[in-house]
Amino acid sequence: MLDRRQFVSAAAAAALGATSREAFAATGKPEKTKLRVGFIPITCATPLIMAKPLGFYAKYGLDVELVKMPSWAALRDKAVAGELDAFHMLSPMPLSISLGTGSAQVPMKLASIENINGQAITLAKKFQGRINGPKDFKGLKLGVPFDFSMHNLLLRYYLAGAGVNPDRDVQIQVIPPPDMVAKLTVGEIDGFLGPDPTNQRAVYNEVGYIHMLSKEIWNNHPCCAFAAQAAFVKENPNTFRLINKAIIDAAHFAHDANHRADIAKTIAVKEYLNQPEEVISAVLTGSFNDGHGGHENVPDRVDFSPYPWHTYSYWIISQLQRWKYIKGSVDYEGLSKEVFLTEVARDLAKEVGFKTPPADFQSVKLMYDTFDPRFAGEYLAKQKRALLSA
Amino acid sequence: MSEAIVTGSIGDPEREPKRARVLDDTTKAAIAFAISLVVIVGAWQLYAMSGYASKLLPAPGAVAVNFFEAVRDPFYSHGDNDKGIGIHLLASLGRVAAGFAIATLIAVPLGIFIGLSPVASKAFDPYIQLLRPVSPLAWLPIGLALSKSSAITALFVIAISSLWPILLNTIYGVRAINPVYLNVARTLGTSRWNTLRHIVLPAAAPNIVAGLRIGIGIAWLVIIAAEMLIGGTGIGYFVWNEWNNLSVASIITAIIVIGAVGLVLDRLFGVLHDRVRFGE
Repeated sequence: MLDRRQFVSAAAAAALGATSREAFAATGKPEKTKLRVGFIPITCATPLIMAKPLGFYAKYGLDVELVKMPSWAALRDKAVAGELDAFHMLSPMPLSISLGTGSAQVPMKLASIENINGQAITLAKKFQGRINGPKDFKGLKLGVPFDFSMHNLLLRYYLAGAGVNPDRDVQIQVIPPPDMVAKLTVGEIDGFLGPDPTNQRAVYNEVGYIHMLSKEIWNNHPCCAFAAQAAFVKENPNTFRLINKAIIDAAHFAHDANHRADIAKTIAVKEYLNQPEEVISAVLTGSFNDGHGGHENVPDRVDFSPYPWHTYSYWIISQLQRWKYIKGSVDYEGLSKEVFLTEVARDLAKEVGFKTPPADFQSVKLMYDTFDPRFAGEYLAKQKRALLSA
Repeated sequence: MSEAIVTGSIGDPEREPKRARVLDDTTKAAIAFAISLVVIVGAWQLYAMSGYASKLLPAPGAVAVNFFEAVRDPFYSHGDNDKGIGIHLLASLGRVAAGFAIATLIAVPLGIFIGLSPVASKAFDPYIQLLRPVSPLAWLPIGLALSKSSAITALFVIAISSLWPILLNTIYGVRAINPVYLNVARTLGTSRWNTLRHIVLPAAAPNIVAGLRIGIGIAWLVIIAAEMLIGGTGIGYFVWNEWNNLSVASIITAIIVIGAVGLVLDRLFGVLHDRVRFGE
């Protein structure tokens, strides 16, 4: 349940301090100043990482240690155990962990979205010219970074919409991002829907090509998020608000196309992503080689927009039900309000001086259909019928 | 060396033995080692150049450059996630020392108890037989569930993996004590404590140390894998972080370092083993 009292007092405090840009104007002093935040070394983590070298964490009185994690499973285990304070997560993870699907049940809060777009389907070089659409994917072995990832849900959406059953007609395996390029290199998998820079790294190593960017499946889809245990948020409301604010601030900074080349230089180092700078730069500037002879310019290949629309959680829940990760019925509204701190994110964005949408919902257009969160049930039923008849 | 002299003398008693012509075994072994190393590295170089190898495989030259760069400045620190290989190595060694100490403190007393008591031996046997063959990494989730801390989990996994050889060798060592020693002690009215201290422990020591030697090898084996899964610091994390950048050259560097440290640990217990001989 959303802690009403906490929310109201936070909102009131935000209203009082809305005009001030002083560090603690809207919030009280942080309860805890030394924080450890877990992240996976991919470009999605850009706002969370950049808040450190930009000095945003320090500006809000926080001393943040960024802890690099080897896989989403290891990060989930730390989240469930409460070993770190806050986390870079795939946006379905706070929902799935709160429900206890695929892990112990621990209530989580999704504070803000890190990036939108920023994924792609990469295929092994040998498929060049042989795969022209989702129907040609039949029989392939494909990697996704985690079950509870937008990558997995978007890949399944892409295939199922063309009548390819993702559970029967292809093999989908969970593979940590760094292993994806290696497995593609040695031919253990045929392709993957992976986070960046993994896709661009496959191009750089000349082992794969970019079949399509995920923005072609759903433009401006959510990807990764910033989250923490509900218990941590409750015990450290000011701290959590301040770190969330620093990250939202950094997301807006990263949204600016003029900053992207510098960001690439900053995060490519061993301390953060440990990747060749030109790979990261190709992803962030959107000026990249696609691995089959073309050079493309897609400035919003990845973008940074922290606003956690409830539309996102509704769509994620519907797809988790569609693929039976969640069995039985789910209270869409209750779960979304409990997990997505949309109102707080809106207040914080205002505090750092950015415009945000006034609504929690909007209809979105995807590759095969339009998703209206008000009719999520009908949307799901229609998708299920379509796949049965395929 | 003595062999060479002896052969020389027997073959031609009139002359001085020609020691320079006949190579001793150590020199022969060194030459064989050098030749095999050249062959292995040469084959590696050819394979890497042939085009059959995957693009992940570096040539030996690239590994040599990487190795000397890593070893030249092993203790640099450019932030929490970018530290020299020496810092990671120390973190791993610290973990192994702690986990191994826990295993020893549990396994040696327990092993002596089980070794001396036929009832305890039968009672504990099912646990030992069931748990001993379990893969170290299967303990990771259990450790995490029990402790909620990956630092403690790492110690737990090392301790529980290196425990078994120490325990089994201690039990065997105690059972193998010549009963004459114990009978003499009993006849002389020696107290239980003094029997333990002056007869059981010294007599079982060679076997216990043999168990410790196997145990430290396992601990060193396990820590790399555990750190790769858990993250943080340590040589296993170093390997994973380089894998993240698909830098196989750095991983081979790490393998050389890991192997060298494992060798040193093994030799340390070898020296200890030579010192605790009893009654021979």
